Amino acid sequence: MTLTLRVWRQKDPSVKGGIVTYELADISPDMSFLEMLDVLNEQLILGGDDPVAFDHDCREGICGMCGVMINGQAHGPEQTTTCQLHMRSFKDGDTITIEPWRASAFPVIKDLAVDRRAFDRIIQAGGYISAPTGTAPEAHSVPVPKKDADAAFDAATCIGCGACVAACPNASSMLFTAAKVTHLGLMPQGQPERDDRVVNMVAQQDREGFGGCTNIGECSASCPKGISMETISRLNHDLLGALRAGVRPKS
Amino acid sequence: MATVTQAGQGRTPKAAKTTSVFKKAVMAVSGIIMLLYLVAHMIGNLKVFTGRENFNHYSEWIRTIGEPAVPAQTVLTIIRIVLLVAVVAHFWAAVSLWRQARRARPERYVVKKAVAQTYAARTMRWGGVIVLLFIIYHLLDLTVGAINPDGDGTPYDRLVASFSNPFITAFYVLALLLLGMHLRHGIWSATQTLGLSNRRRERTANAAAIAFSTLLIAGFLLVPFSVLFGLVD
Amino acid sequence: MPLDLFNVGDPIADTKAPMDVPIAERWSSRRFRARLVNPANRRKMTVIVVGTGLAGGSAAATLGEAGYKVKSFWYQDSPRRAHSVAAQGGINAAKNYRNDGDSVHRLFYDTVKGGDFRSRENNVHRLAEVSTNIIDQCVAQGVPFAREYGGLLDNRSFGGAQVSRTFYARGQTGQQLLYGAYQALERQIAAGNVEQHARTEMLDLIVVDGRARGIVARDLVTGEISTHFADAVVLATGGYGNVFYLSTNAKGSNTTAIWRAHKRGAYFANPCYTQIHPTCIPVSGDYQSKLTLMSESLRNDGRVWVPKERGDTRDPREIPEDERDYYLERIYPSFGNLVPRDIASRQAKNVCDEGRGVGPNGLGVYLDFADAIQRLGLSAVEAKYGNLFDMYNRITGENAYETPMRIYPAVHYTMGGLWVDYDLQSTIPGMFVIGEANFSDHGANRLGASALMQGLADGYFVLPNTINDYLADGPFEKVDESHPAAAEALQGVQDQVQKLLSINGTRTPASFHRELGKLMWDLCGMERSEESLRKALDRIPEIRQEFWSNVKVSGDWSSFNPTLEHAGRVADFIELAELMCIDALHRAESCGGHFRAESQTPEGEALRDDENFAYVAAWEWTPESAPPVLHREALEYEYVHLAQRSYK
Ligand SMILES: Cc1cc2nc3c(=O)[nH]c(=O)nc-3n(C[C@H](O)[C@H](O)[C@H](O)COP(=O)(O)OP(=O)(O)OC[C@H]3O[C@@H](n4cnc5c(N)ncnc54)[C@H](O)[C@@H]3O)c2cc1C
Ligand code: HEM
Ligand code: HEM
Ligand code: SF4
Ligand code: F3S
Ligand code: FES
Repeated sequence: MTLTLRVWRQKDPSVKGGIVTYELADISPDMSFLEMLDVLNEQLILGGDDPVAFDHDCREGICGMCGVMINGQAHGPEQTTTCQLHMRSFKDGDTITIEPWRASAFPVIKDLAVDRRAFDRIIQAGGYISAPTGTAPEAHSVPVPKKDADAAFDAATCIGCGACVAACPNASSMLFTAAKVTHLGLMPQGQPERDDRVVNMVAQQDREGFGGCTNIGECSASCPKGISMETISRLNHDLLGALRAGVRPKS
Repeated sequence: MATVTQAGQGRTPKAAKTTSVFKKAVMAVSGIIMLLYLVAHMIGNLKVFTGRENFNHYSEWIRTIGEPAVPAQTVLTIIRIVLLVAVVAHFWAAVSLWRQARRARPERYVVKKAVAQTYAARTMRWGGVIVLLFIIYHLLDLTVGAINPDGDGTPYDRLVASFSNPFITAFYVLALLLLGMHLRHGIWSATQTLGLSNRRRERTANAAAIAFSTLLIAGFLLVPFSVLFGLVD
Repeated sequence: MPLDLFNVGDPIADTKAPMDVPIAERWSSRRFRARLVNPANRRKMTVIVVGTGLAGGSAAATLGEAGYKVKSFWYQDSPRRAHSVAAQGGINAAKNYRNDGDSVHRLFYDTVKGGDFRSRENNVHRLAEVSTNIIDQCVAQGVPFAREYGGLLDNRSFGGAQVSRTFYARGQTGQQLLYGAYQALERQIAAGNVEQHARTEMLDLIVVDGRARGIVARDLVTGEISTHFADAVVLATGGYGNVFYLSTNAKGSNTTAIWRAHKRGAYFANPCYTQIHPTCIPVSGDYQSKLTLMSESLRNDGRVWVPKERGDTRDPREIPEDERDYYLERIYPSFGNLVPRDIASRQAKNVCDEGRGVGPNGLGVYLDFADAIQRLGLSAVEAKYGNLFDMYNRITGENAYETPMRIYPAVHYTMGGLWVDYDLQSTIPGMFVIGEANFSDHGANRLGASALMQGLADGYFVLPNTINDYLADGPFEKVDESHPAAAEALQGVQDQVQKLLSINGTRTPASFHRELGKLMWDLCGMERSEESLRKALDRIPEIRQEFWSNVKVSGDWSSFNPTLEHAGRVADFIELAELMCIDALHRAESCGGHFRAESQTPEGEALRDDENFAYVAAWEWTPESAPPVLHREALEYEYVHLAQRSYK
């Protein structure tokens, strides 16, 4: 295949970026999208140019490190991660526009790589169960209904890739936060901290500069793990309940 | 499940009041209040078909409910205040979330495609603003009468006068369609915001939102079209 | 065997395990005898933990809770992305919830045997003991393990084990366990007990007066190279399977941290022990950057075959039954398609070497579900394996319900790693090594679902106890960047970065990596021989030579530069590859994942040589040009008796 790539190039956060166009020949439809970028980069390096920086690690759809906007869609046209997208989803002669996730809470590091540590800070605000090592009771002492365990698992599969933020017209991180609130809120172990968790995590996501959620649904439709909108409803439910109960965010 | 950890705290610190979810809840509640009013309003409007006397009498009636126990217009004033507060709160929350969203993505995508977003969801903001402009126009038109072709007439006469003009009717129709879309997304959205939705209910909530807003708007539309086509004069 | 490639040094031994009590009491005895550090003193002591996988994440969180000041380093943006996240199958624990005869002793026994008698009994027994605490800990953290309708935890049997002791969270066990550790770590970061260094790569170890006292690291975003100091250093940087270029490891997985520590004096044990996983998606072209694992469970219902004739390129569906060779069923009538990983892998290689491999480049065998679909029905197969078939379809574009899957073995895990004693301390005092980065518990072969167990055992339960004994001597005298050892290490790293950028040759780091990987796969892969290893040892120095004179790294050092990172890692892989080949060559026996063509039974099975090789090979680095020095740690088996494996 022969392709025209329009790639966002930005040397570092302090300078303005722009689209640069590259022509690429001999692309195999069996290549993954990142392997196609590898080919581009090998050419750039040998030509003495700076290769296109992009994030990736596992290349099997589980670490959540990869992720770029491809023709205006987070992770591209299939509902999967960028590393699991293959060139057979494109046609010979296509023009592909590649941009980084755009959100002020995800500043660009270079080219297509962004800084997603805001997600870690949301987890720090309460996305855990306080269970210091060695304090745990016997695992079978608290049974968990299979239905709840399965639903918690579904929410827990979020890989923290940030596609939800990238796709959301409000740049809201609601689906990410909701996935964690739902996962822990469904487990009996998660109950004691449930109210504080949701209040603090939502306060943190606002502090990070993400947008608010207005239930648009782009996030869930772009999420490679199919995290459902139900998680957002659960978060809202928990949050309003917690606020009514008088729980307030820690400053 | 409430924890007691921080329940003792008295006042709501600023952060809680301004969380994005809190704002959304304000929108949902104020939206629902406006919605309830619209249901009543729509049914009231249908009185047009019972004739001028009845309609004018109805208009008279709202202004005198409760008399003489309470002074004239008490109930109407309460309704007006509630509505005004709802509109202001709704608008404040909408604008502040809108601004938050703009701050959250200062740099736009060169190419952006919508995957799931419905047209209704996409037009919430500008649609809402147009509805607001419509409401102002509408009040000047039918309540105050300031810009009504028959400004000094009875409510019935003003109404007929307005809708006899195809341009005014067209504007009403446009606004109502936008309002319909606003509500179609808004009703579903409110169930989500208030945490009442789940995967099972999602489809039902969506279907109900569509059915409800269609009925409501259809009910409203009957009046101008009937006037336009001479069924009511 | 006389060899010109290394020298033999003094034997080495683990002195920390209390041998005066029976094996079942050794861990509690060691914990009791290890000195404690009083809580007030812990605040004054800093521990550097490099890596945030199951091992490093759990260790950093636990040490933070314990009151130490912890500095945590990782190369990705978030600790949640460590490659532990990719583990699919599950985690073993001797809970015996199934009442099927499991026990700590049986898990211990199976693991020693599974390791083909090349691991330490003491370590393995401790691992089995601690395994049950791990499950308790993870459940308390909210890890959503699979459950039964009664609400209790579900178990499955895995990797040919006769008992059901594997706990799992659908096909994403590693992810869920890692998130548990990650969240615990984030909690400690929020509490101010752990200082975080994201996107920071360790590039050297700082040793002061014989003790590990810090690291040199590069901030991958700003390019800044700086020194960090502590009272102890813990390495948890994972495996080095990427020396083969193509593996199931993440692209960033590297040997750099442990290799540079090795060059500072830590012995490297059993580098040649690598595990090859039989069911991976085959390579589709030269551009291939990574191999993807398909769960081993597929072999429960799929039948493995190749055409009887070599070079048969017909559509598999058109090859009649009597022209197919179901070779595993033919060679191993009783185990059939379920033989252990190493055997299944080697036989696949054999048929492909015979020219009977399938797929575009002849490196693949069929895994056929046609019979299973006929027997169980399409919907039953879909219910059981649907997600795997989908994944296969996404990667290859083929529909495995209609045409057989193609699979091929791939490098998956490295049993070798830095040598550690029972306390998990390396030969450099103050440097501890945990998780896949050490060599400790799996001998010559790792059983399925045991790596996750080891990572968490090390991080949650073993290291936090044993490190106290070392730190009881602390806090150590303060050192900072002005110390000559620190300045020298910093300078060394800066020089290397400058060197890589200045060569400005004609080949990319990736092209060297690909060449090295192919060489290692062909000559030091599933099957090794004296001849192949000698060939590799001739060629590797040439690759190294060319690398250092012809690599091209564009960009600069002072910004985000993935090419520069890669170049540094490739440089270390080249050196490691040489040691792996030397180790493989010196070990003239076959055991576990190490198959020497010269040492096999008449039926072609791995033949151990317990008389000469029942030891751990711990290698000492010697500066430039001098060959490495071999230190042997003799292995003794008190509780599990040496026996030959047989799967006929
Ligand atoms: C595809 C796959 C499936 C698997 N399935 C299973 C299974 O089902 N059951 C099982 O028991 N085992 C399984 N394993 C093996 C198991 O997952 C690993 O052995 C284990 O997770 C390793 O954990 P770790 O903590 O030692 O290292 P890792 O999780 O690899 O973590 C390494 C850490 O070190 C950091 N790091 C590395 N180098 C540097 C450096 N130079 N500087 C700074 N930081 C650095 C990284 O950022 C990362 O945080 C599987 C492995 C793979 C690849
Ligand atoms: C075709 C549709 C509509 C018709 C025919 C209609 C008709 C009227 C009439 C006749 C009045 C004056 C009543 C009186 O003064 O006694 C009125 C008032 C009002 N209408 Fe409508 N209306 C329509 C749609 C709407 C819509 C869509 C909205 C809001 C979104 C709306 C909001 C109001 C409000 C707020 C008042 C003022 C009530 C008050 O405080 O007195 N109307 N309408
Ligand atoms: C004043 C002008 C208005 C503006 C600017 C406006 C804007 C908005 C916006 C931006 C939303 C959120 C969109 C979303 O959740 O996806 C919203 C929601 C909503 N609006 Fe309006 N709107 C206006 C008037 C109205 C009116 C007149 C009604 C009802 C009669 C109404 C009913 C609702 C409802 C029910 C919701 C759902 C609340 C929720 O999302 O939780 N709005 N509006
Ligand atoms: S919710 Fe989905 S899109 Fe968002 S971070 Fe998690 S996996 Fe990615
Ligand atoms: S797209 Fe955005 S508005 Fe909410 S539902 Fe998803 S976060
Ligand atoms: S690289 Fe790990 S999810 Fe894509």
